[in-house]
Amino acid sequence: MNLTLKIWRQKNASDKGKMVDYKVSDISPDMSFLEMLDVLNEQLVNNDEEPVAFDHDCREGICGMCSLYINGEAHGPDRGVTTCQLHMRMFKDGDTITIEPFRATAFPVVKDLIVDRGAFDRIQHAGGFISVNTSGNTIDANAIPVNKHDADKAFEAATCIGCGACVASCKNSSAMLFVGAKVSQFALLPQGKIEATDRVLNMVKQMDEEGFGNCTNTGACEVECPKGISLENIARMNSEYLKASLKG
Amino acid sequence: MALDSKIPKGPIKDKWTDYKNHINLVNPANKRNIDVIVVGTGLAGGSAAATLAELGYNVKAFCFQDSPRRAHSIAAQGGINAAKNYQGDGDSTYRLFYDTVKGGDYRSREANVYRLAEVSANIIDQCVAQGVPFAREYGGLLDNRSFGGVLVSRTFYAAGQTGQQLLLGAYSAMNRQIGRGKIKMYNRHEMLDVVKVDGKARGIITRNLITGEIERHSAHAVVLGTGGYGNVFFLSTNAMGSNVTAAWKAHKRGAYFANPCYTQIHPTCIPVSGDHQSKLTLMSESLRNDGRIWVPKHMKDVEAIKAGTLKPKDLAEEDRDYYLERRYPAFGNLVPRDVASRAAKERCDAGFGVNATGEAVFLDFASAIQRYGKEQAHVKGLNENDAALVTKLGQEVIKNKYGNLFQMYEKIVDQDPYNTPMMIYPAVHYTMGGIWVDYNLMTTVPGLYCIGEANFSDHGANRLGASALMQGLADGYFVLPYTIGDYLSNDIRTGPISTETKEFADAEKEVREKLDFFVNNKGKHSVDYFHKKLGKIMWNKVGMARNVKGLTEAISEIKALREEFWKDVKVPGTNEEYNEELAKAGRVADFLELGELFAKDALNREESCGGHFREDAVELDGEQKGEAKRDDENFAYVAAWEYKGEPSDAVLHKEELEFKDIELKQRSYK
Repeated sequence: MNLTLKIWRQKNASDKGKMVDYKVSDISPDMSFLEMLDVLNEQLVNNDEEPVAFDHDCREGICGMCSLYINGEAHGPDRGVTTCQLHMRMFKDGDTITIEPFRATAFPVVKDLIVDRGAFDRIQHAGGFISVNTSGNTIDANAIPVNKHDADKAFEAATCIGCGACVASCKNSSAMLFVGAKVSQFALLPQGKIEATDRVLNMVKQMDEEGFGNCTNTGACEVECPKGISLENIARMNSEYLKASLKG
Repeated sequence: MALDSKIPKGPIKDKWTDYKNHINLVNPANKRNIDVIVVGTGLAGGSAAATLAELGYNVKAFCFQDSPRRAHSIAAQGGINAAKNYQGDGDSTYRLFYDTVKGGDYRSREANVYRLAEVSANIIDQCVAQGVPFAREYGGLLDNRSFGGVLVSRTFYAAGQTGQQLLLGAYSAMNRQIGRGKIKMYNRHEMLDVVKVDGKARGIITRNLITGEIERHSAHAVVLGTGGYGNVFFLSTNAMGSNVTAAWKAHKRGAYFANPCYTQIHPTCIPVSGDHQSKLTLMSESLRNDGRIWVPKHMKDVEAIKAGTLKPKDLAEEDRDYYLERRYPAFGNLVPRDVASRAAKERCDAGFGVNATGEAVFLDFASAIQRYGKEQAHVKGLNENDAALVTKLGQEVIKNKYGNLFQMYEKIVDQDPYNTPMMIYPAVHYTMGGIWVDYNLMTTVPGLYCIGEANFSDHGANRLGASALMQGLADGYFVLPYTIGDYLSNDIRTGPISTETKEFADAEKEVREKLDFFVNNKGKHSVDYFHKKLGKIMWNKVGMARNVKGLTEAISEIKALREEFWKDVKVPGTNEEYNEELAKAGRVADFLELGELFAKDALNREESCGGHFREDAVELDGEQKGEAKRDDENFAYVAAWEYKGEPSDAVLHKEELEFKDIELKQRSYK
């Protein structure tokens, strides 16, 4: 199929940036979205033009590196997939596709479609861990039984890939789904209970300092999340936060 | 230089304990004055960085991704082995050691593998303490599953995302140390050289991938946890950014490169769909617990399936060839990866491939769905003879176990694997070869360490499933933190290492010159053009089956391609900006050298072992007819190559492998 692409081009963080039109042809429906962009970039390099910069690495939907806001949706029109797992069969011949970076104050554009998601890392530095040193002398793993239901819920929360689609989809650029998932993973496990109070307070504090907005329960984040992280995690974080604030 | 593996004396089961009792330690106050650089933040690098920082060293960690959490360990699916014997099925440290040495086709170092098996149980304890949410049974205890090449259930898992969960565990341990200021994290930085001062590794040169800035970083020791080099084949299950550059630069600075030809071609990957393909996707080996592999028995059915006139699920049982079950009754669908891959190639070469390209076999879950469905119906007191109900219940069980993998398959192939068998084919997945290290995980360059997939030591010529995660974390959490202390105990009076020296200046200059060359070359072809060509040579001539003619051709073709690359490569843009083409150019330049050494190593090894299969080394008769034939008399050694300029000039050093605790036998899975 033949497509028209409208792509955000921005030289660097201080450049103003603009949309630029490109044409690609002979795109196979079996290609992934990023493979389609590979075709465009190969074309640009061969014509001595600068290729479009975009983040990507594993190309199997797990590293969380790829982003892209495609036709007004984070990771494009398909559900439950990252951009690298979005396939061209979702589009048809003659389509015009708009491709922008994830937009949020806390995610400044680095170049073209690449944004800086360092804020997510800094939130994790503030408390996204259990303070246990490596020694080889921790207790036997089976000495900490965990109810299967809780273990499964903790796992579901922990499958977040940190891509930032939740932030990009939210009209307030809120990071509550991301932070809620991490807080929930540890809140659901006995190992995480000891530091629960400090963890939620510190992570939320860092989240606010990074300039993410608040949650107003529109639920767009859950719809666009490629890993189906549930809103329930935000509710759990709020209740953890309330408990911690009352204690604190 | 003669290779000294520095294996401690004494009985194998006491070596590691005795070693730890007698090494030199660095006291906590002195650790504060010692800097360590860790390159790569996957399971090996991430766990090492966190543990070294916990011990009190000043760590600088580097990754080329935008966050340490994105290293490609994240994509490991199936699980991690540990000799916990939680299932009471006869597992033990010895048995894990034995399975790993046998699975590696007797080409790994006994002492290293025993240590790996010994610390494996600690990994699970550590990860659970960190909050890694492994799969559990209803009683609240940890669940296990089985992987290829073993007869026990020792694999711990978190659905099909075990690597992700373990990496997020190591990342969380790093985050705690980053928060404390003990790790300084450099994201989006690529290592472009190792700097040696007075013969010791004392630092690295990096490029900031956002600004293009070239930086000098010094330390008392340098640790590489930079992963494997499967992308030399262009198409592999590795991430797009996975590369050999850090390891190759270390090689050029004196680190020997061991067994480059040992590459794992994984049997269950989604087949190639066309020329646009940028990477291949793995379907976890764990699927072979429940999936049965087959092709049609008769050519007419192959043709009917290809033509779309026959649905695979409608083909009668007696017309299917479950070739793994037929050839290897003892291990069946759970034979090791190298054996399963070759068997798939054999069937497809014989014309029984089931897709348009003729390079695919079926992985079928229908019987598992029926078995689980009946079990569930029984447990729930429902009608076991209601076919629709049984199928539905069975599909739910399968979804619970492998849901994310089935979803991935459906998105890529556009077929529903709950209702029609998956199509799979082997693909390059993991490299057992890598930088040579001694028992301390130190390379032939003093102070330069190499851990995880990037080194060569533990998997011999073939890695067993769920052992990569085990090795990465064993090296990073439990081995390197001890062994590096012994070395650093000599550095307590050294003081900070200056970067304002000739050695750093020279290394930086070399790096800059190469980058300048690329952006000024203005050649005819893109970097990918060369990378794809290299990949084709590697896959066709240095792939699943190798012979003298093909390898000899590959060596000269790669050399010619390398010359063409340096003449004709085109890199747009400048050094002083984000420039992915420039980063790729440097990586492909190194792949073009490694590829030749890889083929040279394969040519040198005139035997078949593990993932290295030579068509001129097969059993000619008897029960094992057609199977790989090892030559222990002449090739029971590690081939460690010393850099001398061109890959063709590389000098071979042999580390003879001694097997004192395991008898060398032909590997039989029949």
